[in-house]
Amino acid sequence: MQNIIEIDHLHKSFGEVKAVQDLSFRVKQGELFAFLGINGAGKSTTINIMCGQLSKDSGSVIIDGVDLDQKMSHIKCQLGVVFQTSVLDAALTVYDNLESRAALYGITGEAFESRLQELATLLDFADLLKRPVGKLSGGQHRRIDIARALLHRPKILVLDEPTTGLDPQTRKTIWNVIADLRKNDNMTVFLTTHYMEEAAEADYIVILDSGKIAAEGTPLELKNAYTGDYITLYGVDEQAVQSLGKPYEPLRDAFRVSVPDTAQATALILAHPDVFVDYEITKGKMDDVFLTVTGKSLTGGDEK
Amino acid sequence: MTTVSILIKRNVKLFFKDKGMFFTALVTPGILLVLYATFLGNVYRDSFSANLPEGFVLSEKVLDGLVGGQLISSILAVSCVTVAFCSNFLMVQDRANGTIKDLRISPVSSATLSISYYIATLFSTLIICFAATAICLVYVALVGWYMSVADVLLLFLDVLLLVLFGTALSSLIDFFLSTQGQISAVGTIISAGYGFICGAYMPISSFGDGLQKVVAFLPGTYGTALCRNHALGGVLAQMQEDGLPAELIEGLKDLLDCHVYFFDEAVSVPMMYVILGGATVLLVAAYILLNALKKDA
Repeated sequence: MQNIIEIDHLHKSFGEVKAVQDLSFRVKQGELFAFLGINGAGKSTTINIMCGQLSKDSGSVIIDGVDLDQKMSHIKCQLGVVFQTSVLDAALTVYDNLESRAALYGITGEAFESRLQELATLLDFADLLKRPVGKLSGGQHRRIDIARALLHRPKILVLDEPTTGLDPQTRKTIWNVIADLRKNDNMTVFLTTHYMEEAAEADYIVILDSGKIAAEGTPLELKNAYTGDYITLYGVDEQAVQSLGKPYEPLRDAFRVSVPDTAQATALILAHPDVFVDYEITKGKMDDVFLTVTGKSLTGGDEK
Repeated sequence: MTTVSILIKRNVKLFFKDKGMFFTALVTPGILLVLYATFLGNVYRDSFSANLPEGFVLSEKVLDGLVGGQLISSILAVSCVTVAFCSNFLMVQDRANGTIKDLRISPVSSATLSISYYIATLFSTLIICFAATAICLVYVALVGWYMSVADVLLLFLDVLLLVLFGTALSSLIDFFLSTQGQISAVGTIISAGYGFICGAYMPISSFGDGLQKVVAFLPGTYGTALCRNHALGGVLAQMQEDGLPAELIEGLKDLLDCHVYFFDEAVSVPMMYVILGGATVLLVAAYILLNALKKDA
């Protein structure tokens, strides 16, 4: 897979505040890339630079093989952005909103009508076209935001906390649509989210802390590097668990034993076959990775 | 439809759908209407009657026509500018609520966005101000009609020029605003202040010498004078026909701001058009330049 985003030694400061410091990473075409960090970590600054909303102090940003400093208009055509809070015109209908946004890319007349039909089918909003955007529910609103971002068939979809505040069913619907887009159009998805279970589905993750990369890798690499494994034991008493000599915590109907990695878990099981009758091994979660890497946890948008 | 025309359609629709912006635009003309209906109309009527030569009597219709002409010229002079400011609030509102981010992540140029705001404001303001002109003419027809067809056409031209000027001025000022608080502050200042400095609430001739000299530097002053000339020209001519001495008519023209002086030099009507038109061109040029200097796509 070739790189569709290449960022090298990116720096951006606001007065004394160093928002982004020597940031370098790659995003491959067609992958789901998760960009994590607490509020103020530098995620939005980086996205704003990529979208041409902010100028950088130094470093290079190459998107779809084009340098940001050379042909921003080309890059803008390759990016579709779903903002954290909707910035559509609440007083206008869905049709009017999408018509005016499509016009920004020169998509008018029949070309617009045709694209609108495609998106209305994909995102199931044909019955909402005449309704004012301000009167839509959260889930309906988000589908229109995504439609707006897809109007010009971008190669990269930037999702800035797309599912914050949505109910589980709507989140699932939105992720199904995104999965279809990746599968059918080989679209690259650049995601920021506070939901770690969403980040865990990513192909590659970069965790930012204070404007710098604190950790990066695939979810498996990060879990292996920054968390241990857990063995959940069922149907044993606490004395037996204590005999294992490993840290553990009691659950309602089980005990969860912490081990540094899967190899040690295997060794432990082989050494105590009488204890390990009913058990399961799980990797650490992305929440644990984030906590270990940054010393902070992400829960619904707030630092804890 | 082109990108610009679709953006203009969006901006105009948003203006007329936003009840707050639309009704705020009508506040200043409303204040003037109430002022004249409850207070100023009678003051001016009594003042005109008291200053007539001894033994000379003006018909009620002529007096009403005179006061009516002053009322409509005041309303139109002030509305063209204040309505333009209110219509143009959308530009600032888009910045304040973040919509501009959504517009600027696209490859559309700053110039296209700026032109769409300018033309949309012009269009919305013209709709309101031409409608106001028509209502004003109906009012004058009811109280005392002395305007010629040329006066009516020229009054529409005055309104068009003043709207072009007001839109250019508001575009330039709004370029520097980015929050709702700033919008409110500017709206309040313009609504309250412009009516006074353009001579809509009180004739410029009643200002002190120093203030008159300052006001002579403001292009809007000549817009007011143009409206006065075309709204009052007919009724003043009728008064002269009725026997009022020419010197008294000239005095009335001074009193009513039909004549404007730039450091004791009377400014002719053609020169008023040149000043207003020139100022508009300069303001539009400055607005375009500022947008061009912004980092573009």
